Amino acid sequence: MTSFKQINDATDLTMENAIIKTTGNVFVDKPRMSARNVNVYYGDKHAIRDVTIDIAEQEVIAFIGPSGCGKSTFLRTLNRMNDTIDICRVSGEIALDGENIYAPSVDVVPLRARVGMVFQKPNPFPKSIYDNIAYGPRIHGLARNKAELDDIVQSALERAGLWNEVKDRLDQPGTGLSGGQQQRLCIARAIAVSPEVILMDEPCSALDPIATARVEELIEELKQQYTIVIVTHSMQQAARVSDRTAYFHLGDLVEVGRTEQIFTNPSHKLTQDYITGRFG
Amino acid sequence: MAFTTQLSLLLIIALAFYTFAKRSVTSARNRGELFHSLPNYYGLWVGLAASLPAILLLILWSVIDIQLFQHWVRDYYPAEILAAGGSQEVVALAKVENLVAGIRFGDPEAWVVEASSAWSAWEHSSTTAKTVVALLLSISGGFVAYRKISNQFRARNAVERILFWALISASTIAILTTIGIVLSVLFETIRFFQLVPPTEFIFGTEWNPQFEGAERAGTGGGDAKYGMLPMFAGTFLISAIALVVAVPVGLASAIYLAEYSTPKVRATIKPLLEILAGVPTVVYGFFAALTVAPMIKQAGESVGLTVASESALAAGLVMGVMIIPFVSSLADDVINAIPQALRDAAYGLGSTKSETTRQVVLPAALPGIVAAVILAVSRAVGETMIVVMAAGLAANLSFNPLDAVTTVTSQIVTILVGDQEFESAKTLSAFALSTMLIILTLGLNFFALQIVKKYREQYD
Repeated sequence: MTSFKQINDATDLTMENAIIKTTGNVFVDKPRMSARNVNVYYGDKHAIRDVTIDIAEQEVIAFIGPSGCGKSTFLRTLNRMNDTIDICRVSGEIALDGENIYAPSVDVVPLRARVGMVFQKPNPFPKSIYDNIAYGPRIHGLARNKAELDDIVQSALERAGLWNEVKDRLDQPGTGLSGGQQQRLCIARAIAVSPEVILMDEPCSALDPIATARVEELIEELKQQYTIVIVTHSMQQAARVSDRTAYFHLGDLVEVGRTEQIFTNPSHKLTQDYITGRFG
Repeated sequence: MAFTTQLSLLLIIALAFYTFAKRSVTSARNRGELFHSLPNYYGLWVGLAASLPAILLLILWSVIDIQLFQHWVRDYYPAEILAAGGSQEVVALAKVENLVAGIRFGDPEAWVVEASSAWSAWEHSSTTAKTVVALLLSISGGFVAYRKISNQFRARNAVERILFWALISASTIAILTTIGIVLSVLFETIRFFQLVPPTEFIFGTEWNPQFEGAERAGTGGGDAKYGMLPMFAGTFLISAIALVVAVPVGLASAIYLAEYSTPKVRATIKPLLEILAGVPTVVYGFFAALTVAPMIKQAGESVGLTVASESALAAGLVMGVMIIPFVSSLADDVINAIPQALRDAAYGLGSTKSETTRQVVLPAALPGIVAAVILAVSRAVGETMIVVMAAGLAANLSFNPLDAVTTVTSQIVTILVGDQEFESAKTLSAFALSTMLIILTLGLNFFALQIVKKYREQYD
């Protein structure tokens, strides 16, 4: 009974429109991306409220929080995917390697090649496995000839741990693979354009536990080369794969810290309630 | 008694049964009895049992009794008519039926008067018997159904079963009609092929049925020719011109509507485009004949080309405009059905809008777009009015868009307009043309369906 009351108190607190001050350390020494006072509005709805956070090089940072807390929305501001939604407005500053990606001079097309994205549901193109991977390199002119393109496709599939499973059927449709293979194909497709940052929006929520384990192993390996931002509903997954964790609550960034600290010794009450399963 | 009167009587009985059964189940429930279904279903069950079998009986009886009368009336025909058979008998039957209907031409023969009074008597007793039997069937049906009602009886499931069969028979009607159309055309075609060999018809390059009368009368002046190739060439030419107009324009507007326009613009433009499909084809016809054809003639002659005043180009261009909404509307639906996830994937890799459209959305939508185009082709092939008015009737075997050509459908119209004798090869040739056209369009539709089927397996 007590815990139920506490939740209500917690919700009331945010409903009063008081923006929660982020606890923990949001800054890092050499950030790859940095967000400063970011606000996102969907029409009249204030979906992200004054979020400031740094994302370090070669780290895996996990965004966790209850449904509708804005973690996916914030993720999509990092490569301006929200631009495709008409009613969405973004204010504040997000920088990639020190350059504001929302500056008027910035071309969104090369930006999205530098900040790649993997979606919740595997979404391979209805093309062959080869063409799925080759799509990005082709539109960005990354290969001068067929041999180079073949190399890019092979190394992307190898890094995604899919090469041995599909090397004999590269000409078959990517939609014919299993769900887990499709998601690894999408990851391979994203890394084929050599991005600096990979955004993953609940990449395992449509996968079974075995396929999930393979994708998590993959994230562990990709960390050596890429910065990875992962949104996840599964706290176990965040605990397994991430270096740092950020907890979002109703549009506010509540707490940022080392993953083991967030899960063992959260400093904010809301974080504690969430990770102990009182709500979410 | 007229059929509508009988029908309304049956419906009144059914309604009475419905109300009665519903009431009695309601009051039984109010007394605390438990029933499987709601009272409404018991009412429906009894009402349907009181009406459906009786209505079916009425319809069947009405179809069969005329056949019987036609058979019986032959007893009254004089011996020489029976001996002559064929068309003589048809004439005799027409005489009798006219007199039954009260139409008199001069003084009918004695046997006709006798036959028609017999016919009237049969009709009278048949109607009486029909009404009595139908009413009895209705009442007993309702009664038997009512007796069946008990707490355990599953009226809800029974009504469901009746609806199932009603739906099946509705769809059967459409299929049977198609089969009927094909068969009726097919029989006439077979008669035509007894007069003109199929090879001459299918591979002949000359079409000239107008000399048919002269040939039979033996007055000379030329032979009738029945080669279908000029018309199919004309159909092909005009449809091709129409598609050259409709496919690029229709597809481009579909892409604009589905990918680029805002919802507000789309809500305005799409209905406007679909108005094009609502314009009667005869209006397109005179637009082509009176506005477009002279313009083409003038423009062509100013650069020194010979242009027929009724050209394939004029008809094709206007037909193309007519089928734009078919392509754009269907293609727009197909493009809209492509999951947003595919577009997100392309944008996420850094594609521009047009790259996404060209390389991801259109290939995924391609099978559906092809199906839309093929439906437009069927429409173009079957179109008649524009061609009759704007492309002329000269059966030239020509692929020059500036010539006057003719199409299969417009020839069918010219052959069958006005008084025709049904024993001549000229008239029957229209049916042979129809058969070929049906085969062509059925083939196209089949092809389109195959593509749609394949399309369904594309993603997911």
